[in-house]
Amino acid sequence: MSEYNFAYLDEQTKRMIRRSILKGLAIPGYQVPFASREMPMPYGWGTGGVQVSAATLTPDDTLKVIDQGADDTTNAISIRKFFQKTAGVNVTEKTAEASLIQTRHRIPEVTLREDQILVYQVPIPEPLRFLEPSEVETRKMHALEEYGLMHVKLYEDISKHGAIATSYAYPVRVEGRYVMDPSPIPKFDNPKMEMAAVQLFGAGREQRIYALPPYTEVISLDFEDYPFEASKADHACDLCGAENSYLDEVIIDDQGGRIFVCSDTDFCTSRQDQTKEEAA
Amino acid sequence: MYVAVKGGEKAIDNAHAWLAEDRRGDPSIDVLSVAQIREQLSFAVNRVMAEGSLYDPQLAALAIKQARGDLIEAIFLLRAYRTTLPRFGTSHPIETEKMSCIRRISATFKDAPGGQVLGPTFDYTHRLLDFKLAADGDIEEAELASKPLDEAVPHITDILNAEGLIQQEPNTDSEPGDLTREPLELPANRALRLQSLARGDEGFVLGMAYSTQRGYARNHAFVGELRIGDVTVELDIPELGFSIEIGEVEVTECETVNQFQGSKTEPPQFTRGYGLVLGQSERKSISMALVDRALRWKELGEDNLGAPAQDEEFVLYHCDNIQATGFLEHIKLPHYVDFQSELELIRKLRREAQSHLQTQEAAE
Repeated sequence: MSEYNFAYLDEQTKRMIRRSILKGLAIPGYQVPFASREMPMPYGWGTGGVQVSAATLTPDDTLKVIDQGADDTTNAISIRKFFQKTAGVNVTEKTAEASLIQTRHRIPEVTLREDQILVYQVPIPEPLRFLEPSEVETRKMHALEEYGLMHVKLYEDISKHGAIATSYAYPVRVEGRYVMDPSPIPKFDNPKMEMAAVQLFGAGREQRIYALPPYTEVISLDFEDYPFEASKADHACDLCGAENSYLDEVIIDDQGGRIFVCSDTDFCTSRQDQTKEEAA
Repeated sequence: MYVAVKGGEKAIDNAHAWLAEDRRGDPSIDVLSVAQIREQLSFAVNRVMAEGSLYDPQLAALAIKQARGDLIEAIFLLRAYRTTLPRFGTSHPIETEKMSCIRRISATFKDAPGGQVLGPTFDYTHRLLDFKLAADGDIEEAELASKPLDEAVPHITDILNAEGLIQQEPNTDSEPGDLTREPLELPANRALRLQSLARGDEGFVLGMAYSTQRGYARNHAFVGELRIGDVTVELDIPELGFSIEIGEVEVTECETVNQFQGSKTEPPQFTRGYGLVLGQSERKSISMALVDRALRWKELGEDNLGAPAQDEEFVLYHCDNIQATGFLEHIKLPHYVDFQSELELIRKLRREAQSHLQTQEAAE
């Protein structure tokens, strides 16, 4: 498609986004305001992630797009097609073969490497938003490192429910400074955020970019006597038998029948292929 | 046996084909032309241009056709297109006192230089369905006035200003920000607020304005003046060394005159609210002026009454219908993973609550 620039956005816009990304990498966990553009897909469909990917992609990249861990969910397909059309880059479903992975709501099960970039789509970048609706106030709270409210919320959860009642978008503290929203990944994925790959977070509607350089310390908030626990369904995958992957529950009939399968489709199919090969 | 759902790609293609067919409707009915929409659904075109922040009736009409008349969808199409356009420069501010008005009314003075010009308005029509229109669309030609309008149509507020009764607006030559190029940071200045309101959702801005009339930060607005007409757009051409007219745009401008008792910092005087919208949109421009006035409480030293229309962050962060509809509708996208983690949490909490109950019962 020759009528659009490489990866859709014009070079000036990409430079503006790259500057924000660099600033984000320099101050891990800090939300950098950026002049988010109107993209040809709706806000809420990953416009932040798409802009970050567009600014980061090079013609030599191999792109993987997942939504809920899967490459074949409709919006993952739509975003992948968008970049195939506007950037002509190679695409893959194999985590290990991708140099740039755009994700919504999951971190792949396979350990990521230093030569990979993980781009998250973020709906609400502000971890304090549901405790304090005003952006003016929450920016002040971050500046003053005033995170007491968050700890009180977690404490109230424990006193009410006996446990911290947050199961996804579980807040983390980055290098002992900024409290950060990891995007709505299940808390099972939180420990993986200390990784070798660069992690970039794009929130289009809210006009924010933030980032984690490789090997950044990312600690899920907790209390000594109520330590953080990365939980998942207490099952093994019914398709590949994995016991350590995050599982989706799938209803198979109207009699209450259900099975559990890996949410990371690439992880699951490569394990199944391997079993088949070994059997052959 | 469960098989992971595949074929999303095929499903998307099929959905698009079905959508296109639905848009066309019954093929035995004539196709609606873009020109017909542009000429005969002009208020829809105006709204799409205003909230799409792009003055192009032809493209707005195309967007309406493509969106099957869903105006927010059409606005979105226009905005997404606008993003890809290069910027050639910044025009001079338009001069609305030189507008060639098709309508100009004041609710504060019975007559004023330039006169009251009713123009093409629904205001005094009786809202009776015109069944003749269902049969044929022919109309009789409207009679032309015997003499043209006065050339000079000064702003009503300028007339009040001569007496010093209305608050002066500081005249700055500073370049206003651009919210489509810079992230909105708060507190915003008035220029940015007006920019945001001008492209804000008509329904939202109307609702906010209405709330001020019903007592949530009431500001006693009179429509000092409402004018609609064409203004010329001038642009400096560096190669020429002077500016030239590059075209005309139609705009609606509303200035409200608001009662004001004075505050700790300001003497009793009239104050203003301002609305300016691309195309013809009286409802939107009046709404905008009322909300603008409500948002000015701080600079006028008024009390913050805690009303929604006074809350800059609330109004500016929620008036954009493309942002709002995107985030609202995104909840229909898959959330299996988050929902799964919620399922597990609820099960765990219930298990604990139940075992707690059982131990209690056993103890009793």
